[in-house]
Amino acid sequence: MLYALKIATRYLTANKAQTALLVTGVAVGVFIFIFMSALIGGLAEFILSRTVGDISHITIEAETADPALLISPEGHVLVVAERGRARTATLAEAATWLPLIEAVPGVRAVSPQITGAGFLTRGAQVSQVSVTGVEPGRESAILDLAGYMVAGDVRVGSGLIVVGRDLADDLALSVGQTLRLQSSNGVTSTLTLSGIFKTGNGGMDGARAFVSLSTARTLFSMPQGVSRIEIKLDDLNAADATALRIRALTGLDAVPWTDGAEQLMEALNAQAQTGYFLKTFALITIVIGVASALLLSTYRRRPEIGIMRAMGAGRRFVIFVFVAQGALVGLMGGIMGATLGYLALLPFPSRDAFQPGTLPMDITQGSYGLAITLTVIGAILASILPARSAARVDPVTAIGQ
Amino acid sequence: MSALLEVRDLFKTYGTGEAATRVLRGLSLGLEAGDMAALLGPSGSGKSTLLTILGTLMKPTSGSYVMLGQDMIAADDKALTDFRNAHIGFVFQFHNLLPDFTALENVIFPTAVREGRETPAARARGRDLLSRMGLADRIDFPSANLSGGQKQRVAVARALMNSPELVLADEPTGNLDRASAMQVMDLIDQINREEGTTFLISTHDEKIAAFCRRQIVVGDGIVTG
Ligand SMILES: Nc1ncnc2c1ncn2[C@@H]1O[C@H](COP(=O)(O)OP(=O)(O)OP(=O)(O)O)[C@@H](O)[C@H]1O
Ligand SMILES: [Mg+2]
Repeated sequence: MLYALKIATRYLTANKAQTALLVTGVAVGVFIFIFMSALIGGLAEFILSRTVGDISHITIEAETADPALLISPEGHVLVVAERGRARTATLAEAATWLPLIEAVPGVRAVSPQITGAGFLTRGAQVSQVSVTGVEPGRESAILDLAGYMVAGDVRVGSGLIVVGRDLADDLALSVGQTLRLQSSNGVTSTLTLSGIFKTGNGGMDGARAFVSLSTARTLFSMPQGVSRIEIKLDDLNAADATALRIRALTGLDAVPWTDGAEQLMEALNAQAQTGYFLKTFALITIVIGVASALLLSTYRRRPEIGIMRAMGAGRRFVIFVFVAQGALVGLMGGIMGATLGYLALLPFPSRDAFQPGTLPMDITQGSYGLAITLTVIGAILASILPARSAARVDPVTAIGQ
Repeated sequence: MSALLEVRDLFKTYGTGEAATRVLRGLSLGLEAGDMAALLGPSGSGKSTLLTILGTLMKPTSGSYVMLGQDMIAADDKALTDFRNAHIGFVFQFHNLLPDFTALENVIFPTAVREGRETPAARARGRDLLSRMGLADRIDFPSANLSGGQKQRVAVARALMNSPELVLADEPTGNLDRASAMQVMDLIDQINREEGTTFLISTHDEKIAAFCRRQIVVGDGIVTG
């Protein structure tokens, strides 16, 4: 069908202005498609990185098993033991699990932690604080602490503590000073402030302190195990599947971040739906544009179609001539739109450097190949109706016109 | 001479009911290989209708049509398309050429559409035919820019491209001046004599009719002479 392709090409080049207009129209549709893809994709990326970028993707918490409730067959509660205030559940076997979890594909970092509450005092000032004991050297495994440091550095070696900026301000702390931390278990340690961070999250900056795992062990009277394992993944969208895997592997209750994030997921979903909707409309516009232009062309070329049919061109040949025109218009418009889309996205900051106040366009999520493919398919579908009407042209009346 | 085609009892009625126009009413006609025939008759007598039916572009309301031993009435669209391509050439009065193609591209269309591409052999034959039509200097000319007489000569060359047994020409010189008309007729006559191609040419022009060795006159839907 090389020859039909030649004729299709000639028909398109014979009316350069008209073809250019049609291709430009298609390109605009493709441009919108790509722009929407980059915007919706970038927006989702942006929102996710802002909300879950700094949190654990999968969390394993020690069973804070409620004390046994003994219930008699008649339904009377026999014994209710009050939960000890200082009681801390432990993941006693943490040392065994960690290498296993680290070996799961897609796991980027694992952070065993001991968490608890306490009071930070300096002189007469006292502040309530939530304490997290992390492994020295892995301070930034989950939360990018190193990136948020505003003073000192992130070391949490023995006898050292890192606190949030607001907390530091409340207590008028500066790096190098010593302070006392009393845990809810009643254990007190004297620690030196090695660094101050500011994440922008009020709860974090005002009431969070990081110490080393061994300091936390002493503070919370936990000679072995940990209270919590936080896991960071390469791909946060893989959290559900990976959590299932870890659960199957270790029997531990691994909870993905998506649990309890239904509202966020719903919002992201709605946003994606809006994107699909707009992209579908862009494609429909392309299809209608191509179909109407080709229909007009088949009408204008009726005598020629009649002549070709009289000279021995079959119906399939005529169909191919017009479908090929549609495909060529789709391909040219697709490539042109994709190129323009790419060029238009270039000035936007990369996904790691989104600026507040600008559109979080993600040039890597432009779906260029998909846009071109769908456009070519759409243009081919759009040309079927005109092509069929061309193939049905009656040579007698067409030539007699 | 052997029979090239034979039509019997052709009826053709356009439209139905009140608006029905009964154009052919039992027309029978035979053409021999090598005939050079003029098709005459008053305007509206059905000359174009007959040529269209003989060209397999339209089926009669009833009647039989056999060409080269094949039944043209029973054949389907695909078979007729291939048959036309191989055995029948056309020259129309208007709308003959594809305007966006050159003279040569127009001439070799019947071969290219059959072979799926424009072969060097087809190009060579096309050039040769155009030269014989006196258009050696117009081979790569856009056909839209040719004069009326030149266009008709290109159309004759194209009709001959696949060496058909039959060429049907519907008033081929209808809108040409006398000199151009005679030039086209001379070429047709030359091909007819040299290659034995059968020509059936409808015309209102006495001079052109006299040019042909046979005259077929239609009237009242049948051949009257
Ligand atoms: N498609 C059609 N529908 C209805 N009537 C038609 C159609 N084509 C032709 N006719 C009628 O059939 C009759 C014969 O037409 P045709 O074109 O065959 O005549 P013709 O002999 O070629 O005339 P002319 O010498 O003027 O070209 C005319 O009365 C014409 O109006
Ligand atoms: Mg006529």
